[in-house]
Amino acid sequence: MTPYLKLDHIDKIFTRGSAETDVLREITLTIDKGEYVSIIGHSGCGKSTLLNIVAGLTDATHGGVILENRLVDAPGPDRAVVFQNHSLLPWLTVYDNVRLAVDKVFSSTKPRAERDAWTLHNLDLVQMTHAKDKRPAEISGGMKQRVGIARALAMEPKVLLLDEPFGALDALTRAHLQDSIMNLHQKLGNTIMMITHDVDEAVLLSDRIVMMTNGPAAKIGEVLDVPLPRPRNRLELAANPVYLKCRQRVLEFLYERHRFVEAA
Amino acid sequence: MNMPAVKTRSAVALPARAAAILPFAFRRMPVRTRLLTALGNLAARVLPPLVTIGLALIVWQILCSRTGATLPPPSKVFKDTRELILDPFFDNGGLDKGLFWHMSASLQRVAFGYAMAAVAGVALGTLIGQSVWAMRGLDPIFQVLRTVPPLAWLPLSLAAFRQGHPAAIFVIFITAIWPIIINTAVGIRNIPQDYRNVAAVLRLNQFEFFWKIMIPSAAPYIFTGLRIGIGLSWLAIVAAEMLIGGVGIGFFIWDAWNSSHMSEIILALVYVGVTGFILDRIVASVATFVTRGTAAN
Repeated sequence: MTPYLKLDHIDKIFTRGSAETDVLREITLTIDKGEYVSIIGHSGCGKSTLLNIVAGLTDATHGGVILENRLVDAPGPDRAVVFQNHSLLPWLTVYDNVRLAVDKVFSSTKPRAERDAWTLHNLDLVQMTHAKDKRPAEISGGMKQRVGIARALAMEPKVLLLDEPFGALDALTRAHLQDSIMNLHQKLGNTIMMITHDVDEAVLLSDRIVMMTNGPAAKIGEVLDVPLPRPRNRLELAANPVYLKCRQRVLEFLYERHRFVEAA
Repeated sequence: MNMPAVKTRSAVALPARAAAILPFAFRRMPVRTRLLTALGNLAARVLPPLVTIGLALIVWQILCSRTGATLPPPSKVFKDTRELILDPFFDNGGLDKGLFWHMSASLQRVAFGYAMAAVAGVALGTLIGQSVWAMRGLDPIFQVLRTVPPLAWLPLSLAAFRQGHPAAIFVIFITAIWPIIINTAVGIRNIPQDYRNVAAVLRLNQFEFFWKIMIPSAAPYIFTGLRIGIGLSWLAIVAAEMLIGGVGIGFFIWDAWNSSHMSEIILALVYVGVTGFILDRIVASVATFVTRGTAAN
C-alpha cells in the first residue's frame, strides 16, 4: 500500500550569495492516515523549515512531498497550517478569520448558509463561539491559538500542520490546548504533523516521535513509537512506565547524544 | 558533566475540561454621574486652549495698540472685517465674493487634486512596494522629484495646461502624491510574512490578496501618507492661488495685500488655519475608523 503522506529524500540548502547553508539532508518519512507525528529537535535544526516544505511555503532543494500519490509543491488548504504566532488577521473578527478560509475553500461546494454553519461549527469545536464577534486583539493568546486551530480545521485539510502551536503560551493554557487537540484528533481522526521542542508534549500527543539531529545538515536521528493507548490522560500517564520510558528515550537523545551546541 | 537544565512541567492538577467562560458584564453608572464626568472631561480639554487664545489676543492687542504699530490689533481686525465675517455668502459678480465662495473654490481644487493624488499614490505605492524592479526603477526618480517645492511646478504646469484652474489642481496633485506613494510602499513592504503565508495556504488570488490582506495591513501607513498629503495640499493651494488669480482664498489674501487691507489678510489666515486643521482631523478620523483593530496585534 502506498503511504498517505511521504517526505521523499528531502534536502534543503539555503543559498545567500555564494554562501551555502546545508539545513536538511536526506529526510525521508512516511505518515499514515490519521497518525499523529511529532518532529522534535533543538532550535535551529531546521524542523520549521521541514514543516514549511510540507506546507509548500518553502521549496525543497532536492526531493519532494507526496500526499495521496500527488506531488505537492505549492501551498494549499489541503495542508492547513496552525502557525506558532497564530497569524490571525487583526482587522477581521474571530468569525471572519475562520469564514475567510471557509469561503475560499468551499466557495463552489457549499452554499452561503452552509458556510456560515460550518464556520460556527468549527468555532464550536474549539469552544470559541462566545467570542466570535471579537477581534484578535481583544482575546487572550490561548484563545487566538484556538481560533487558529479552528481556521485550519475548517479547511478540512488532508494533513494538519502544527508549527510549535503552543510554544508561545503559558504552561496551564498549553496543557489545556493540548487536551483540546487530543480530543479533536480523537474525534475527527485528522492526520497531524507537529513541530515541537517540548518532550512531554511530544510524548503525550504523538503516535510517533521523529527526533532530528542538530544542524547544519540535520537528519532524522531516531524515530520512536509511542505505544500508549488512546484516549490518554496526562494525570494517569505521569506514572505510566511506558510513558516514562518514551520520555527518557527522547531526553537521552536530545540532551546526551545530540546536545545543543550554541556555535553550531 | 554539566547537563543543560531540562524543562519539565510540574504535575499541576489541571481542570479536566474547559471552565465556562462568562461574558464580561458592564456595570452601568447612573446617567447623572456619567453626564457630569463627560462635562468635566470636556471642560478639561476645551478650557486650556481658550485660556491661551485669550492671553495671546491680549498680548497682541497691547503690542499693536501703540502709535506707529504696523499691524492692526485684534479689536481693529474685528471691526474692519465684521461684514466679511457676518456675510460670507455675498456675490457682487467678478472676484468680489464672500469668503465662503473663496474657501469653497480653494477646497474644490484641493478636493480634485488630492483625490487624484490619493488614487494614483496608493496605486504607485502598491506597485513599488510589491515589485523590487519597480522600486529600483522608480524610487530614485521619486526621491528626487519629491524635493521639488510645489510652486516650482507651477510655471511648467501653466505652460502645459494654459489655464490657471487645472494648473493649480496639478500643483496640488504633485505636492500630495509623494508622501502617499512613499508611505504606501513602506506599508506594503512591511506586510508581515505571516499574513502572506496565510494568503498562500488559502490560495488567495491577486485580487483577493490586494483587498483582503494588502490594503488592510498597509492601511495605517497609507493613512499616514494621506494625512501628510492633505496638509501639504492645503499649504500649496494658498501659494498657487496667489499666483494664478481667480476666485480662491489665496487670491483673496493677495488682493487684500494689494489693497492694503491688513485686517482682511488676518481674517483669511484664521480661516485657512482652521480649515487646514479640520481637513487634517477629517482624514485622521477616517483613518481611525478604517484601521480600527489593525494596528493592535
